[in-house]
Amino acid sequence: MIGPEIDRLIQLLSRLPGLGPRSARRAALHLIKKRDQLMDPLAEALAAAAARIRTCPVCGNLDTVDPCGVCRDPSRDSTTLCVVEEVGDLWALERTGAYRGLYHVLGGTLSALDGIGPDDLAVPGLLARVAQGTDGVAVREVILALNATAGGQTTAHYLTDRLSGLNVAISRLAHGVPVGGELDYLDDGTLTAALRARRTLG
Amino acid sequence: MEWTDDAIVLSSRPFGDTAALVVALTREHGRHAGVLHGGQSQRYRGVLEPGAQVAVRWRARTADQLGTWTVEPVRSPAGLYLDDPLRLAAIVAAAALMDAVLAEREAHPGLYDATLALFQALDLDIWPAIYVRWEVGLLEEVGFGLDLTQCASTGQPVGTPNDQLAYVSPRTGRAVSLSAGEPYRDKLLPLPGFLIGLGFQGGGEEDVAAGLRLTGHFLERHVFAQRHAEVPPARQRLVERYLRANGLPAPRVEGAESREP
Repeated sequence: MIGPEIDRLIQLLSRLPGLGPRSARRAALHLIKKRDQLMDPLAEALAAAAARIRTCPVCGNLDTVDPCGVCRDPSRDSTTLCVVEEVGDLWALERTGAYRGLYHVLGGTLSALDGIGPDDLAVPGLLARVAQGTDGVAVREVILALNATAGGQTTAHYLTDRLSGLNVAISRLAHGVPVGGELDYLDDGTLTAALRARRTLG
Repeated sequence: MEWTDDAIVLSSRPFGDTAALVVALTREHGRHAGVLHGGQSQRYRGVLEPGAQVAVRWRARTADQLGTWTVEPVRSPAGLYLDDPLRLAAIVAAAALMDAVLAEREAHPGLYDATLALFQALDLDIWPAIYVRWEVGLLEEVGFGLDLTQCASTGQPVGTPNDQLAYVSPRTGRAVSLSAGEPYRDKLLPLPGFLIGLGFQGGGEEDVAAGLRLTGHFLERHVFAQRHAEVPPARQRLVERYLRANGLPAPRVEGAESREP
C-alpha cells in the first residue's frame, strides 16, 4: 500500500520527459532513500527555481534576473541578434562559445498543423527590437538560427519578409555536411543543400 | 494486420516522449495514420518532413487500430527546397490540403501519383501551373470536380474556334463560353487557358493567379465550408507569396490579415 504523498510524488515524476510510471517509482524510491543527500536539496532547488526563474521580457531567455544575464552583459555585441526557436537552442549556441551577440527566442515555429501563427510567437517583439535597436544601438544583422525543417524554414522565410523593410542584414545558419559526417549516409536534401552552399578553397 | 506500401508524409507530431504520430498518404491504402516508435529521434530527422516520399510498413493486431509504422526514407522534396520560399510553400500547402480533406483509409492512387509528379516537377519553370492542375485534380478526388469539357450554357465543347470556354460558374463548377458568359462576367470566375490546353497568356503568372483563385474558391466554398473548417493557412500563404513574387495584386480578404504559413 502506497501512501497518498508517495503516490502523488510518483504521479508527478512520471510526467517528466523520459519517465514512465515504472521509472517514476524507481526515482521516487531513490529520492526517499537518499533524503538528506538528494531529496531535500532537490526540493529546495525546485522551490527556488519556481520562485525566482522568469522569462526575460526582452529576449525570451530564462533567468533569475530581469533582464537576463545575456541581455545585461555589456561585453556582448548588441548590433547582432540571433533568432532561435526555443530556449534550448539558445543554450546550445551558448555552449559553442562561438557567438557573442544577443538573442531573441521565438517560442516555436509557424505551424498550420498546430494552428500557430505569427501572433502566437514573439514576432512583434522581434520587429520592435530591430526597428528601435537595443539600448540605443541599432541592430545591423539578424541571424535566423532556426531548425532546418519545413516549419523552421517557413518561419525563416516569413521573418525575412517582415524584416526586409527594416534596413538590417538578414542571414541564416548554413545547411550541409555535419562535422564528422560521411557523405554516403547523408540524405538527398542535406547533400543538395551542401552542394549549393559550397565554398571556394584557396 | 500488416501491409507495405509507398507513401508521402503529410504530417507528423510528437506522440509521448519518443514516438511520433505520423499521417501519410499511401498509394494503395489512402490517408493513413500510425505511431512511429522512435519517431522523435535523430534517425528520423528529415524523414518525416511534409511531402517526404517514404516506403512504409503498417502493422496492427486488428484493422481498426491506430497501428505502428516502420518507415524507410526515399526522397524528401522539402529538404531540396528549404531555401526556396515559394516551392517550399507549395510542398507544405499540398501536404496540408491532403491532410485536411482526404478521408482516412480511402485509396487515391491517382492523387498519390499526381502528387509525386508535382514534387518532381518543382524544378521546372511551369511548376506553378502544374500545382494549379494538381489542385483541380484534388477537387475531383474529393467529389468536387470541375467540368471543363463543354459550355454549361450552350453545350459547345472545349476547342470551339472563336468562342472558347473562358469562365467557370462559381456555383456549379461548370465551364462557360466567352459569348455565353460575357453578360455575367462579373459573377463568373475566369478560366485560365492552360487548364483546357490553350497554353498561357503572356508569361503565365496572371493565368496561374486566376487558376489559384478558381481552385481556391471551390476549396473554400465547397470542400472546407462543408466541414465547417477553413482552408489551411499554408495554402493562403502560398497564394500570397506567389502574387507578391510576381507583382500581382493581393486577393480581397474578408476580415483580418492571414495568420501563418
